[in-house]
Amino acid sequence: MEARRGGFHLQVECSFASEWTVIFGPSGAGKSTLLRLLAGLDSAERAKIALDGRVLTDSAQRLALKAGQRRISMVAQQPALFPHLSVAANVAYGLAGLERESRNARVAEMLELVDATSLESRRPRELSGGEAQRVALARALAPLPRLLLLDEPFSALDGKASDALLERLQLWLAEHRMQTILATHDATDALATAAEVALLREGRLAALGPAAEVLASERERLSRKLGTPNLLR
Amino acid sequence: MDWQAFVLTLKLASVTTAILLAVAVPLAAVLVLGRGRWLAALEALAALPLVLPPTVLGFFLLVLLGPRTAIGRGITVLLGHPLAFSFGGLVVGSVIYSLPFAVQPLVAGFAAVDPALVDAARLLGAGPPRLVASLLVPLARRSLLAAAVLSFLHTVGEFGVVLMLGGDIPGATRTLSIVLYNEVENFDYSAAGRTAATLLGLSVVALAAIYLGGRPKRDRRG
Repeated sequence: MEARRGGFHLQVECSFASEWTVIFGPSGAGKSTLLRLLAGLDSAERAKIALDGRVLTDSAQRLALKAGQRRISMVAQQPALFPHLSVAANVAYGLAGLERESRNARVAEMLELVDATSLESRRPRELSGGEAQRVALARALAPLPRLLLLDEPFSALDGKASDALLERLQLWLAEHRMQTILATHDATDALATAAEVALLREGRLAALGPAAEVLASERERLSRKLGTPNLLR
Repeated sequence: MDWQAFVLTLKLASVTTAILLAVAVPLAAVLVLGRGRWLAALEALAALPLVLPPTVLGFFLLVLLGPRTAIGRGITVLLGHPLAFSFGGLVVGSVIYSLPFAVQPLVAGFAAVDPALVDAARLLGAGPPRLVASLLVPLARRSLLAAAVLSFLHTVGEFGVVLMLGGDIPGATRTLSIVLYNEVENFDYSAAGRTAATLLGLSVVALAAIYLGGRPKRDRRG
């Protein structure tokens, strides 16, 4: 895909096979832009995007499925909960097609997954930053998307809470065979969660492979650039 | 006090406001959520009645709805009478004349909704109608109230379009503004004073509804 945003130029060609992929790169590398293009929230100058063999975007064919038709959910750094709805109604928002009973059961399951059952009748303004992030995650998972995009969503959680949630989340995602792409600038996140890391630098894919390999080669490159020995090796 | 004109004015303003909200909510949503250069032309068209003298608008509508045009003749065949010089004609004129007063507060209100919320709703499968009904309208309640009240008041106070398009037919097109004009022309200043005070009272009550009813509740948690 290729997209221009002012002076920034994103040009990426890749295929993610792993259930967990981390897009790693510094701020401004194009991680959020890439996720928004995958989600169908923005349009690219040139793009061909497919998920499980189903074409979502093909600029040559003038095809672009709408965001809600892609079976892709996204959680960004900002939880963006609907302020006029309760936590339960927020989680149920993407379940309009379900019967009431199934919808309520799914909402309860999702809130339990993110440890937010006790918050169900609260309004977003009554939640802490971490609670709001967990509810946003439950809302994104509720429609059972095929692909989950996470754009640095755990920044509001403290370390322990973040680790525990990530562990539960990974088990649940594996059980539901849901592919996940996590964008982060934090190497710890990349190492902790990833089977596969895509290194993004200035809008280009610099490397794609196992987390340890990609991160080690990036450290090597930075050490050479700074003229210091790679102390982390 | 001409109670017949009073009731007719309220009826005209109520019908006009209801139609305007039904038209302006989707129109404002298209202007805020849509993409494309044609939106600028649409926005300019919706704002045109703001700068057009009411008598000019009334004249164009009088010609358009009269027997000289195919549209006017078609409407006459359809309704059995011409739309000009009827209550229906006044409603058409009022809707067009007050359109910007409904659209502009709604555009401002919808545009103020956080785009991240709109993105979240789109990702969760909300199409434009659901986006408007479940997100934009509830989050822009105050703008909706402002649009309703401004449309109502603007219709209550309109004179040029009403006179050009409706004339002065008691019970059909004579509104309070026309009554006030007639009373002043007849040097009946005490009657004119009562009519003017009624119009002023309507305006004050409606504006109070905007400023008191739409005022956000204070968070008492400190």
